[in-house]
Amino acid sequence: MRISKIVPAGAGAAFVVLLAVLPLLSVSLPGILPGPTYTPGALQLLALCMVYASLALSYNLLLGTGGLLSFGHALYFGCGAYGLGILLERTDLSLWPAFGLTLLAAGVIAVVTGAVSLRVTGIPFAMVTLAFAQAGSVLVRRNPGGLTGGEEGLSLATEHVPDALVGVVHTRNLYWAALAVVVVAYLVVLWMDRSRVGHVAAAARENELRVRALGLQPYTAKLVVFVVGGLIASLSGVMYLLLQSGTVPRSVGADLTITVLVMVVLGGVGSRWGAIVGGVLYTLLNQRLTLLAGSDAVESLPAVLHVPLSEPMFILGALFVLVVLFVPGGIAGTAAKLTGRGGSRSGTTVLETADSERELEEARP
Amino acid sequence: MSTIVLLLATGLGLGALYFLVASGLSLIYGLMHVLNFAHGAFLTLGALLGYAAALRLDATSWPGFIASILVGALVGAGVATLTELLLIRPLYERHIEQVLVTVGLSLASVALFEGIWGTDPTFIRGPAWLDETTGILGARVPNDRFVIIGVAALVLLAIVVFLRRTRYGMIIRAGVENRAMVTALGIDVRRSFTLVFAIGGAAAGLGGVLAAHYFGYVSPSLGGSLLIFAFIVTVIGGLGSLTGAAVASVLVALLQQFANYYAGGTGDFVIVLALAGVLLVRPSGLMGKAA
Repeated sequence: MRISKIVPAGAGAAFVVLLAVLPLLSVSLPGILPGPTYTPGALQLLALCMVYASLALSYNLLLGTGGLLSFGHALYFGCGAYGLGILLERTDLSLWPAFGLTLLAAGVIAVVTGAVSLRVTGIPFAMVTLAFAQAGSVLVRRNPGGLTGGEEGLSLATEHVPDALVGVVHTRNLYWAALAVVVVAYLVVLWMDRSRVGHVAAAARENELRVRALGLQPYTAKLVVFVVGGLIASLSGVMYLLLQSGTVPRSVGADLTITVLVMVVLGGVGSRWGAIVGGVLYTLLNQRLTLLAGSDAVESLPAVLHVPLSEPMFILGALFVLVVLFVPGGIAGTAAKLTGRGGSRSGTTVLETADSERELEEARP
Repeated sequence: MSTIVLLLATGLGLGALYFLVASGLSLIYGLMHVLNFAHGAFLTLGALLGYAAALRLDATSWPGFIASILVGALVGAGVATLTELLLIRPLYERHIEQVLVTVGLSLASVALFEGIWGTDPTFIRGPAWLDETTGILGARVPNDRFVIIGVAALVLLAIVVFLRRTRYGMIIRAGVENRAMVTALGIDVRRSFTLVFAIGGAAAGLGGVLAAHYFGYVSPSLGGSLLIFAFIVTVIGGLGSLTGAAVASVLVALLQQFANYYAGGTGDFVIVLALAGVLLVRPSGLMGKAA
C-alpha cells in the first residue's frame, strides 16, 4: 500500500471513530442540531442522516458506477422497512433471523425486477423501474390483508426486538447501529467499485458495445450492481424501521427515489463521499427548512415570499434545479476543482455516459 | 352486458386522459430524448387555473366549461414553452441532466401549488349535463366520458394533421427519424423543440381540465398520479410513436378498468405485469422502432 492510499483511509477511520464517540461528548452545533450531541434528539437526527447517507451510497453505486438511472430505488428501501416490520409483527422470529429473511426477500425482488428492467437502457430503464416501484407503492397503500397498515403506515412490533434497540433512552445504540450501516454500505460500495464486476459495469457505462466486443457480459455485471445496490438500500430500510420505530408508505414511493436522486446529484454523481455528504446535507436542510417554514419570521412575510418559503420541497427542488444547471459536478466536483485534484471523474461525464440513447445514436450509421 | 358497456366507456375515457398526457411525452421523447417529469405539473397547473377561470365565469355554465378548457390548454402550452426555453435549452444535448431539471421542476412546482391551493382536493362542478348519464345498451354512461373521448380524438386528429400536412410537422417527423440529417440540411431543429413542448403542454393542460371533471376534483397531486400511467403507456406504445401512444392508452386503460372490476382491484398490477411482458417480448414497445 502506498502512503497516498493509507492517509485517506486513516483519516476516514479517524472520522468514524470520532462519530462513534460523539454520543459520549457534549458538542453543541446551534442551528444544525436540536441539542448537544449526547441528547436523544440530536442523535436521532444524526442517525437519520446516516440512514439516508447509506441509501444515497447505494444509489450512487447504481448511477455513478453502473450508469443506471433508476427511478425505482425506493422499492428496495421499502422492502427492507416493510419486510422486517411485517415479519416482526406476524411471526415469532427474533430480530436477526427476520433481518436475514428480509434481506433475502429484498434480494430476490431486486433480481427479478432488475432482470426485467435491464432489458432496456437509458430513459426507458428509468421509466420501467419507476413502474415497478409504483406497483410496490400501490400494494403498500392498498394494505392487503392488513399487512402494511395502508396510509397509516406500520409501527414496529417490539416484542422480538432486543431491549437495547427500543425506546428513547437507547437512541445512542440505534445511532451506533446506523453508523455501522453506513460503514458497511461504504465498504461494500468500495469493494464493488474495485471488483472485476464493478469494473465491467463501469466500462459498460462508458461504452457498452466495446465491452460486448471484448466478450464480456455487461448485462450480468449491471444486474449484480443493481442487486447489490438494492440490498444496501434494503439494509438502510431496515435501519430506518428500527430508528423511526415504524414506516410510512412514503418510504416506497417515487418521492423517496427522487429525494435520493437529489441527494446524490447534490453531493456529486460518482463520488462516494459526495453521496454521503449529499445525504447528510439534504436531511439536515429538510429538517431545518421545515422548522423555518413554521417560524414567525416566515409567517410575517408577505404572501409572495411566505408561500414559497413555507414549502421545504419548493426550496429543495429549486436548489436542485440550480445545482443541475450551474454546478454540474455537485459538491464533490466543486471540491475537486477547488483543490485542483483532477483525479475523480466529474459528475457531468458520468451523467452523460448514463445516457445510452446518445451512444446508440452515435453508433448508428 | 351493461357492466361491460360501462367499463368500456369508462376505460375509453381514462384512455383518452392517458393519451392526452402520453402524446406530449412521446413526442418530446421522440424528438429530444427528454423524459419530461414536469409534464404532470403542466397538467396540474392547467387544471387548477382552468377551474379558476371557470369559477370566474360560472362553473356550471357551458361558456365557463369551454373557457376552462381553453385556459387549461393555453396555460399548459405557456408553461411548457417557458420550461423548454429557460431550463431545457441551456442543457442542450445533455439528456440526463435535462431529465433531472424536469424532476426538480416537478418537485418545486407541486410544493408551490400545495402552498398556494392547499393539499386537499377541491371538488368541482361543471355544466349539469356533464353529471347526467346517457343510456347505451342498458348502461348508464356518465356524459363527461363522451366529452373526454371526443376531445382526445380531436387532439389526436389535430396532431396527426399537423404532423403530416404542415411544414413544421414535417420537420418534427424528420427530426424524430434522424435529427443529425435535418440539421445538416440547414434547418434549425431547436425551434421545433419549443414547438413540441408547447403542443405537449397544451395537450397536458387540456387533459388536466378534463381529468378534473373525470375524477370530480382538482388537487396539486392530480398530475403526478396520471403521469406514472402515462409513462407506462409511452413505454408500452413505443417511445416516440404517436400511434403507439394512442393504441397503448386505450389498451392500458381498458385492461386497468376490467382488471379492477373482475379481478378485485388489481388493475395497477396487471398493467405493470403487462409492461414487464411487453418489455420481455418487444423491448422497444408495441410500435417503437426496432432497437
